[in-house]
Amino acid sequence: MPNEGTRDAHAHRMSRRKMMKGVAAVLGAMALPAKDAPASVWESFFQKNFRELSPEELKGVLARLEKEYSEKYKKAVTVRANPPIEGLLFGYGLDLSRCIGCRRCVYACVGENNQSRDPQIHWIRVLQLNKERGVDLEDAEQYYNPAKVPEKGHFYMPVQCQQCEHPPCTKVCPVQATWKERDGITVVDYNWCIGCRYCMAACPYGARHFNWKKAGLPPAEMNPDTHYLGNRPRPIGVVEKCTFCVQRVRNTPGRYTACVEICPVGARKFGNLLDPEGEMRYIIENKRVFILKEDLNTRPKFYYFYAT
Amino acid sequence: MTKIWEFFKGTLVLVSKGSRAYYAWMVSLLALMAVGVAAYAYQLQNGLIVTAMRDEVSWGFYISNFTFLVGVAAAAVLLVIPAYVYKWKPIKEIAVLGEMLAVSAMVMCLLFVTVDIGRPDRFWHLIPMFGILNFPQSMLAWDVVVLNAYLCLNLVIAVYICYKHYIREEPNPNFFNPMILLSIPAAVSIHTVTAFLYNGLAARPFWNASILAPRFLASAFCSGPAFMIILFQVIRKYTRIEIKNEAIFKVAELIAYSMFINLFLLGAEVFKEFYSNTIHLAPMQYLFFGLKGHSNLVPYIWTAMIFNVSAFFLFLIPQTRENYVTLNIGCVLIFIGVYIEKGMGLVIPGLVPDALGEIYEYAPTGTEILLALGIWATGLFVYTLLLRVAVPILTGEFHVGKDGVKPVIHDMEFIRRADHLAEQSYRD
Amino acid sequence: MKMERMRGAFAPAAIALLLFLAAGWVPAAEHPKASPPAKKEGASSQPQYAVPTPPFTPGIFPCSDCHKEMTPNPKRRELKDEHTNIVLNHAEGQRWCLDCHDTYNRDRLHLVNGQLIRFEESYRLCGQCHGDKYRDWKVGVHGKRTGMWNGEKQYLLCVNCHNPHDPRFKPLAPMPPPVRPEAIRK
Repeated sequence: MPNEGTRDAHAHRMSRRKMMKGVAAVLGAMALPAKDAPASVWESFFQKNFRELSPEELKGVLARLEKEYSEKYKKAVTVRANPPIEGLLFGYGLDLSRCIGCRRCVYACVGENNQSRDPQIHWIRVLQLNKERGVDLEDAEQYYNPAKVPEKGHFYMPVQCQQCEHPPCTKVCPVQATWKERDGITVVDYNWCIGCRYCMAACPYGARHFNWKKAGLPPAEMNPDTHYLGNRPRPIGVVEKCTFCVQRVRNTPGRYTACVEICPVGARKFGNLLDPEGEMRYIIENKRVFILKEDLNTRPKFYYFYAT
Repeated sequence: MTKIWEFFKGTLVLVSKGSRAYYAWMVSLLALMAVGVAAYAYQLQNGLIVTAMRDEVSWGFYISNFTFLVGVAAAAVLLVIPAYVYKWKPIKEIAVLGEMLAVSAMVMCLLFVTVDIGRPDRFWHLIPMFGILNFPQSMLAWDVVVLNAYLCLNLVIAVYICYKHYIREEPNPNFFNPMILLSIPAAVSIHTVTAFLYNGLAARPFWNASILAPRFLASAFCSGPAFMIILFQVIRKYTRIEIKNEAIFKVAELIAYSMFINLFLLGAEVFKEFYSNTIHLAPMQYLFFGLKGHSNLVPYIWTAMIFNVSAFFLFLIPQTRENYVTLNIGCVLIFIGVYIEKGMGLVIPGLVPDALGEIYEYAPTGTEILLALGIWATGLFVYTLLLRVAVPILTGEFHVGKDGVKPVIHDMEFIRRADHLAEQSYRD
Repeated sequence: MKMERMRGAFAPAAIALLLFLAAGWVPAAEHPKASPPAKKEGASSQPQYAVPTPPFTPGIFPCSDCHKEMTPNPKRRELKDEHTNIVLNHAEGQRWCLDCHDTYNRDRLHLVNGQLIRFEESYRLCGQCHGDKYRDWKVGVHGKRTGMWNGEKQYLLCVNCHNPHDPRFKPLAPMPPPVRPEAIRK
């Protein structure tokens, strides 16, 4: 199954490399791009899907990207490609009885994950809902801007990529540029995505965002600690989304995601769903969790609950 | 080989010469194509931000045109079935014109998809063996396969028919018949796969309806043949090709039945949404009546509804169907009506309100409209080129000479009044 | 070997048992000054949490700097001379200052059973009434979460977020709403 998230999921045919070399020769003759363009442009053009790269090729790709980003952002940027930690499945908890709609999570995410400031891209959308209607997405408002939150009669529900167990987005990608990894995080290979936006149409949670324009990321605000599948700066014309701060969590020990850390009221919880001692299992056991749009059978790993 | 090469050279001569009207037509198309190229260059330089598409409505005018044109391409089958399955002579001679329309429509479809994707430089990622084509999981991958297959199939069929006619041989049935029969399910498949592309998305309740694929086919068999009817009259008037009235009227009759099915299925959808009155009513409400003060599409969809229903009656009633004035009005109405209904009227409500209830009103920008015009001009240009070769072949004015190698071109004018032609005889 | 070791341990064990039983007989309330020492947190009963220092107003602690000279007045009243900036908005109908702050040792808080606890363990006091929050807090489900998800987690004291005298969060100014898609231009 292509979505099982293994590095070598696809039958890679050695003949493809030969074919690629042949094509490279032909295209080289066609001067596409310009013949005196730096070698990195050629390498970037012919780069294979992340899952098909051999360890040496991956090292080369990461080195090339680090050089490119360091030059562009005038600081030492690292691009890692930490694989999933074995035996874990990330889960997220969001306490609706606590969220006050302050949006600090939105902006912490922007800073941590190098999102474009202009045009503005937010991976987290906080919805203001009416207490009388409950969770009714047709009635949601995301542009609320009162002097103080929470407003009377309203409650707040942040939405971001739900890291579904049955992601509808990964099955529709025509080039397999997006897939679910073994630790449950759905990722995008920004160098493979062709920008057809079919995954955006397929996502029931509005979690995917597109680079309609070249990203505007001020070098001073750039977070230089990046992951290939996560928060490295994205090129134009590709899709991006929340990756559970893959650059933070895939370490031992791993940090919490930026949104969990910044939440001033402690509404956000994160951990390993398979750990019987962890917060996530406690929440599932003791609080009543629910998921969004359960009728779509996506099985998100983003659990909403009411702690009180 | 030399024969084919000479044939090809002959076609080049043909397309480069013609009447003043021909030149005027081709030059204006080329001008529009140049405008389209400029618009695309602007879009490539600045990114898709120059369109009105945003995260909330991530598909727009380009994909609307694509969806409509896939339907037009599928319409060739409406000519192929009577011509080759029922061997009905009045249509048999002109079925190739429908296949050429399919080729032009496919070219336009592929162009619309190409201008819509964010990274056209990564197009090779779609090619199996070089890249990764997510077949069979992704319906877009299926679409890539069937659209290209259909394009090749129709191109091969059209070129084969024309070439055989040119060298004055009968088509080899062992080669030809399987291909022509294959083109029937191929035509159904392109529209079914395109419908499944939308249909399979549970996230979009407006599209996630089983009825979508039948609706697509029904509307496809309205729009393409309507264009063909007008085209046949033009060809009949300005060239020596004979097209019988009964052929045209039969096509019109088939359109009537297709439009009935289309309207019935639409009515079924409307009933289900409005009567059940769940939250999934929101997109249809937005389309027909507006939602929370947003009502951009309302005048367009009602225009489309009025056009479609009027056209249906014009095609249904024999008196209006067989009167060329009302028939042509009906064709125009149906073409525009289906363009709206299967274009923006399908794509935009699928994405509005978005997955979290937000309403973003999309209306195409100037860049999108100019680029779309450029692509339509390209399609018409391709079709004109194909006609410029096919028509003289069918009338016998472009054929292989006595030596069996060099072509003979009798007629250097293209588009000429039929009454002039009767005075001359070109058969040798 | 085993039997001999057991015999050797018998006497100390018996003495320990007698002492333990004796300690249980001493009434704690009669001599407030001589209240039993605060139970040290043992690894088996209540684990320590790595909390930051309590957020005292600068200079206010240790409270005994002033209070050791003063005679404790356990009568419930409104304070007029000092601490007038503290307006109790936390079950003020049922309690007042000395229901949490120990009357005789102002450097400590006291639990309902009289046990004195340090300010660094104030969560035990809050947990008496707010047991559900305390249970959740111990596991990391209540309260702000920082640190390592699979390593050392950082805990905050209840009072790091909740003012103990006025614990309910006040509404705060939200960060700006997202830009509308219509406003995103070339």
